[in-house]
Amino acid sequence: MELAFVIEKFILVSLIFAITLGIAAYSTLAERKVAGFLQDRVGPNRAGPAGMLQPLFDGLKMFFKEEIIPNESNKFLFILGPSLALLTACIGSAVIPWGTQLDIAGKTVELQVADINVGILYIFGIVSLGVYGTMIGGWASNNKFSLMGAIRAASQSISYEIAMGLSIIALLMLTGTLSLKEIAMQQDGFWADGWFTWNIFKQPIGFLIFIICAFAECNRTPFDLPECETELVGGFHTEYSGMKLGSFLFSEYINMFVSSAVMSTLYFGGYNFPFMHNLGLSDNLVTILGILALFIKIICFIFLFMWVRWTIPRFRYDQLMNLGWKILIPLAIANIAITGIVITLIEKNAG
Amino acid sequence: MESLSNRKKVIEQKPLNIWERMYLPAIFRGMAITFGHMFKKKETVFYPEQERPISENWRGLHSLKRDEEGRERCTACGLCALACPAEAITMIAAERQKGEEHLYREEKYAAVYEINMLRCIFCGLCEEACPKEAIYLDGPYITADYLRKDFIYGKDKLVEDPLK
Repeated sequence: MELAFVIEKFILVSLIFAITLGIAAYSTLAERKVAGFLQDRVGPNRAGPAGMLQPLFDGLKMFFKEEIIPNESNKFLFILGPSLALLTACIGSAVIPWGTQLDIAGKTVELQVADINVGILYIFGIVSLGVYGTMIGGWASNNKFSLMGAIRAASQSISYEIAMGLSIIALLMLTGTLSLKEIAMQQDGFWADGWFTWNIFKQPIGFLIFIICAFAECNRTPFDLPECETELVGGFHTEYSGMKLGSFLFSEYINMFVSSAVMSTLYFGGYNFPFMHNLGLSDNLVTILGILALFIKIICFIFLFMWVRWTIPRFRYDQLMNLGWKILIPLAIANIAITGIVITLIEKNAG
Repeated sequence: MESLSNRKKVIEQKPLNIWERMYLPAIFRGMAITFGHMFKKKETVFYPEQERPISENWRGLHSLKRDEEGRERCTACGLCALACPAEAITMIAAERQKGEEHLYREEKYAAVYEINMLRCIFCGLCEEACPKEAIYLDGPYITADYLRKDFIYGKDKLVEDPLK
């Protein structure tokens, strides 16, 4: 492997890592701002202009807080929990295509860290690993409330992963590939052959199921039962303090960013935007505009996450299980059947 | 039973129909309402720069009053401390010496008078108990501080400014 390739990937990885952490940090501010605006308040506005330095000082505060490790806890696992949560949250962004390619000084730079042909499976693997951080952390605390939170997180995550997987199967029947890069390329432009190219217009029910499951996987309201304050004190992070608590909370925001990116790529055309080939711009410029379009989509999704959080109250646990097993899974299976029938009919008419 | 006032309303609980049981329309309606609030006028009062108007009979920081000649009215009888339900007031009495007649109105005065603002509940019973009209809760808010001991206000903070 040549050196230039390694350097190129290294720069790309660091850039994506920095952007991910930056967006996650500013999501914490955005969350409080959005919460304020939805409740006729203004949110934090003292630290720096319009409160822009708030995430920095929040992080600083977390570092200076006293770290308490309970005597009766399993110390190794207690530290492993938040580390694992942060790690799995961060590596999810590796397979997301941020754009097609850039020509820099006659060299083509791919804007994707790893184009593995089973990209979606990789994402699913990471998502199901993500719950281990919560589970290990909650169990190692040696606290009943933490354990309850951890058990809830595990069973919720397992229940909703099934519906999520089934909703994706219908999409994969359309695309015929597991590679996120190819899925993004298939959604080129906005309109082709008399129908929209974006998958949201081909799989609306699939998208609905997927986004509900994404909310559940990210532990966001209305599915935030693992950290349900009203019942479980703090849920799985009851015993955590300082930066270990910070990594748990931060990993939630990184998860939100990554799942927004995945949803944009799978259903909303990724880096594609309407009329991208009719503007008469150079390829590099179109790619850069595409990256911008992707980030606008991601930010819209993050706003949606927050908007829903400050609108809908939390489910009761049996309602959560009801929704997952008795409604979403049958709906997803029906969606697969209908998609299959429609694909067959279209192919028959065409052929 | 027959309603006499005619204001009784019987609420019927119908089972949800299929549209309502989907929940999504209701969720979207709720989200529309919260989104509408983004553009409403914000209720926030930017406190240190901007203060809410307080009413005339607002009970704030205590002040120990002086009479028309600028002498302290308090005679350290301790009725305010007895009346206080939160045990916030303490004082040490002293006898007025010769030559101090321009400072203290009565023959006995409070050498030390302390109110613990963390205990005080601003009920106003002290001003009702005072026979000398010496204490009134007519001041501003109690501001924040770092240490508990700084919330025990002594005479330096409580006594009214002397007459000019």
